[in-house]
Amino acid sequence: MLAEGHAMTLGSIRHEARIPWPAATVWELVGDPTRLHQWFPGIVACEVTGTTRLITTGAGLVLPEEILVNDALQRRFQYRITAPVFRHHRGTIDVIALDAETCLVVYSTEADPRTMALMIGAGTAGALDELGRMFPRRDDNGDNGDNGTGDV
Amino acid sequence: MGRKILFVTTDQQRYDTVGCNGGTLSRTPVVDGLAARGYRYERAHPQAVVCMPSRSTMISGQSPSTHGVWMNGVPLPVEAPSVAAVLHDAGYRTAIIGKPHFEPFLDPFGRFAENRFAREGMTGAGGLHRGFEHFEAATHSPAGPLHYSRWLASTHPEAVAMFYPVLDGSLEVNALGGGDTGAPQVHDNPVPREWYHTDWVADRTIAWLDSLDADDDWFCWMSFPDPHHPWDPPASELARVPWRDVPLPPGYLSDRAERERVLDAKPRHWRAWYDGTVVSNYEVPGAWVPATLTADQVREVNARNAVECELIDEALGRVLAAIAKRGWADDLDVVYTTDHGELQGDFGLLFKGPYHVDGLMRLPLIWSPARSAGPVAATVGRPVGHVDLAPTFCAIAGLDTPHWMEGRPLPASDADADARGFERVLTEWDSELFGIAVHLRTITRQGWVCSTYQPGYSHDGTEGELYDLVDDPLQRVNRWDDPSMASMKSDLLVDLWDHQPPMRQPRRRVEAPV
Repeated sequence: MLAEGHAMTLGSIRHEARIPWPAATVWELVGDPTRLHQWFPGIVACEVTGTTRLITTGAGLVLPEEILVNDALQRRFQYRITAPVFRHHRGTIDVIALDAETCLVVYSTEADPRTMALMIGAGTAGALDELGRMFPRRDDNGDNGDNGTGDV
Repeated sequence: MGRKILFVTTDQQRYDTVGCNGGTLSRTPVVDGLAARGYRYERAHPQAVVCMPSRSTMISGQSPSTHGVWMNGVPLPVEAPSVAAVLHDAGYRTAIIGKPHFEPFLDPFGRFAENRFAREGMTGAGGLHRGFEHFEAATHSPAGPLHYSRWLASTHPEAVAMFYPVLDGSLEVNALGGGDTGAPQVHDNPVPREWYHTDWVADRTIAWLDSLDADDDWFCWMSFPDPHHPWDPPASELARVPWRDVPLPPGYLSDRAERERVLDAKPRHWRAWYDGTVVSNYEVPGAWVPATLTADQVREVNARNAVECELIDEALGRVLAAIAKRGWADDLDVVYTTDHGELQGDFGLLFKGPYHVDGLMRLPLIWSPARSAGPVAATVGRPVGHVDLAPTFCAIAGLDTPHWMEGRPLPASDADADARGFERVLTEWDSELFGIAVHLRTITRQGWVCSTYQPGYSHDGTEGELYDLVDDPLQRVNRWDDPSMASMKSDLLVDLWDHQPPMRQPRRRVEAPV
């Protein structure tokens, strides 16, 4: 017998990091789909052909992705993992200028099954940590501003 | 030459599943023998009733609030304090063989070291990982990247599909039923016994011990994945405990109305889970409704659990025989326990969750000290915890308890416990997953267990549970709101908050469901 309400299978997670560098500088890296492995821990390689990206994970998985949006004006990148284990996936990265020297990077993940949202979402939090290390505060106190909670 | 330490853990094993604690279903002569010549603890509690926080307490000697693994899916940092590192620094050879679970298993990016070792070898500083020089991992299923999975897939590939599929197509814990009764996570597994993970853990432990020099001192954590669900022991062994002959456990209430009345007197998440409307723990099948559990399903689950406990006992016996053959028997300390319990039919429930009752909190704990230390066998009734294990290992090795450990070496008797102030044991639960948050803190002291709930999905912060363990050993009568208990409750809560460490800040991130 199935639990009532058990049909809620979509997981949605959001992480954000305040980066003390200009949005354009951060977007240069984040908006380049061929450089994901440089800042996403656990992705060891990526290969882009047109709107298709193949990523290889540290566990040896090769996951195909479709690039949906790569908008340099809005500084928004959206993609979906098309591997069969996902009934639905959408990843969204926004780089939002807060002022001339600071930006907010928001990395959102929604996935069905929801368990994948949690696993991918934790990876995105790690990616934001890595961005914080690559674009350190000028006073370099190591705090990238992510509150680490995420919305699960 | 010093004392050798064999630390034996099982996963999700109840107090009453070994003979020395009054268990009658499984025959456990090896564990019973250890208890007969050592210390048997009657009130040993974990500091968390799920795997990752509990195992992190074992290795660190710290409560979950301190080590920061506040729920399953939160990894223990590789650089976290470890008793294995302390022992290694003191000259001990160190190994962990079996289920580690300090880091999440669900790891598609391969971010966690423990999931990479089987493929890449150990890569830690100086060849050590958390102080262990040798690391071979297994879990309940042959799926995944661990050593047992790779061994089975390479040597007996046909066996991989014989096991129960722990996760379903949505990567949720599987609700699929099997056996004769259709009980969830029950499965007829045709795998030959010698290929099953219990025997593999023992085999690999013996192999590691055989690699040591005769005069080495060593600490080996042998960690069996069973009797945690799925209940899929080798089918060849099922005849040991015919499920139709299994009595219903005392904690199971056959009368539905009575069962539901008892549940309704507890904080509301109990009944909500029973009815299938709120699932607070990823590690239970979310699509399974406990209210559908039948008496026969309880019998079959308990029978299979008992079979798994027997196989563990026999595997431990083989390891002890191998140790004796090496001439180490007189200098061997064995500590046997588990990470948390299992409801196994209590209150009409299975598995585990934010339910701080004896089914989950009262654990088997046996310490059989080296004969060379001249121990006097004893039964210890005072409360002790997993937080005391790491200091005990240090004491066995002749080392002081490091300042970062929060426990103390286990007492050798009640008199010893009284002299050293073993009065209380604390257990904590925190979980936040898919919008469901549960937070509770529990104290067990002087025959009472008292839990207080913090605000969360189902609770407003006023709820609690208070049980008299002497008059109400099955924890059926919640006296939280009993006016005559107000003073007792208040005293316990003050004591709880006086001793409960604050949650580490910033809180560590949840990286996976489990």
